[in-house]
Amino acid sequence: MVRLLALDPVAIGDLLWTPLLIIILKVVAIFAIGLLVTMFMVWFERKAIAGMQNRIGPNKAGPWGLLQTLADGIKLFFKEDLLPDRADRFVFKLAPYLAFVPAFLVWSVIPLGGDFSDGKNGIVTWFGEQTRVQLADPPVGILLVLALSSIAVYGIMLAGWSSGSKYPLLGSVRASAQMVSYEAALGLSIATVLLLAGTLSTSGIVANQDGFTNWHVVSTGVVPFIIFLLAATAELNRPPFDLVEAEQELVGGFNTEYSSIRFGLFFLAEFMNTVTMSGIIVTLFWGGPQGLFDIPIIPGAIEGTIWFIAKVLLFLYVYVWFRATLPRFRYDQLMDLGWKILIPMSLGWFMLMAALRLGRDQDWNQAVVAIVSAAVLIVCAGLISMAMKVSRANREREGATF
Amino acid sequence: MELVVFVIAAAMVIVGALGVILRPNPVHAALSLVLTLFGVAVHFVALEAHFLAAVQVIVYAGAIVVLFLFVIMLLGVDRTEDISIEPFKVQRPMALVVGVGVIGLVTAAVSSSRDAIGRGNGLEIPTVTGDNDSNVRQIARSVFGDYVVAFELTSVLLVVAVVGTVMLTRRIKTGKGES
Repeated sequence: MVRLLALDPVAIGDLLWTPLLIIILKVVAIFAIGLLVTMFMVWFERKAIAGMQNRIGPNKAGPWGLLQTLADGIKLFFKEDLLPDRADRFVFKLAPYLAFVPAFLVWSVIPLGGDFSDGKNGIVTWFGEQTRVQLADPPVGILLVLALSSIAVYGIMLAGWSSGSKYPLLGSVRASAQMVSYEAALGLSIATVLLLAGTLSTSGIVANQDGFTNWHVVSTGVVPFIIFLLAATAELNRPPFDLVEAEQELVGGFNTEYSSIRFGLFFLAEFMNTVTMSGIIVTLFWGGPQGLFDIPIIPGAIEGTIWFIAKVLLFLYVYVWFRATLPRFRYDQLMDLGWKILIPMSLGWFMLMAALRLGRDQDWNQAVVAIVSAAVLIVCAGLISMAMKVSRANREREGATF
Repeated sequence: MELVVFVIAAAMVIVGALGVILRPNPVHAALSLVLTLFGVAVHFVALEAHFLAAVQVIVYAGAIVVLFLFVIMLLGVDRTEDISIEPFKVQRPMALVVGVGVIGLVTAAVSSSRDAIGRGNGLEIPTVTGDNDSNVRQIARSVFGDYVVAFELTSVLLVVAVVGTVMLTRRIKTGKGES
């Protein structure tokens, strides 16, 4: 039993009241923070976009319209909950939860704070018990995030299918094809980070990024970060990759038949995913709770949380910025970008990092390793682009129009 | 506690497995398969094979069953099948024979090795140390060390399958009337 629970240093040893209370407290806190942050994110997005478009944005409910999301949520609860005649009742009701629960669970593995500087492992002491400022630190850490994002695909897929109508079905196939394609690029750029960190656990990944030059965005050479950011945006179905809900040119998407709070759950899941994905980006590439410099007076553990929040806010702003400035991709452009550019590029970069790592371990001349690897990569890129040209020529000969 | 986890996970596996064969709607059957795979993942976690559990969910639940669902939805066979028509006559008796045979074999294997299970049976059970990544390391050692040839051959097999599929579906039209 003890071994089953050993995801958190607090749960090692006999199960006493204090550790149990700390765990319950953490669960409740994460749940509350998750909901509040999502509420804030919806408000922030509307307000920031309004600013960029020279509008005022929500300003009636509460100070600066802060309670607008709450008001919208209450409204959704009181709306009529429609159930289409041809819907598959059980799956139709299940789907929103399949989208919502994974979004919530990702919170549990993100280190939200703690002192990781100078090789400290981020363990804090609360009420005489050692614990981490994260709900759980499972050995598979980051793989759990990938697993949850693959479960979230089910929510979207089944929502569209169970509606019993053609347009949501097409929308959900479109959405899940997009998510499944970009998961590959996402996974490969995570693999580059894991190569350097040498561990799967999220706290280990953060501990490895001590000092700015060790932040993975620098030490993996920026490319995996850019790939991850693009793939994550597509995975979140956010603009410019929001074909899932391109209501102007395609029918809404998988959630066309949903109303009331079931729709609300999809909406909530989407915004919560944006926040958690920003947290994952910060954890993987930007050092998580690691700071650039010491903030005076404030103790180390709280400082970590401050840094973490600041970095997450930065990425939330980047996502809003994307939405306000970039036009939407066409579906074939989206698939081309994913399969023909991001996946080969992330694979190539992964191989390059692996070669450099091997060269360092074996004491080879780093410059020679780098030149040879770069040459191999360029040859591979040339081959791929030639193959694409050939296949395009073949398609054109067939008379296909795309 | 371990018993509770085992019973719940085993119930998930069995209910899911029954769902796969008893639900008339193919989508429901595929979802039951997901339940089974989750149950197996829980068993893996209980056995401290965290990495296998994660991979089980990512690969099987996240990729393979999603593929099944794609095919089911796109081919439009997501309606309840009329299973009274039998396209392949010997299939049901054969299934019965094979099923009973497998149950018999497993029962025989378990009962003949009853003493060996869970006790000192000469097999080294790898202990999980405080190191979080010992799981991944052990798997990596055996996959890229002891079984590297089999591993590479499997990947070649997969590549051949993918290339073959592309070749079969993308046949270039060479002339008129040919497809």
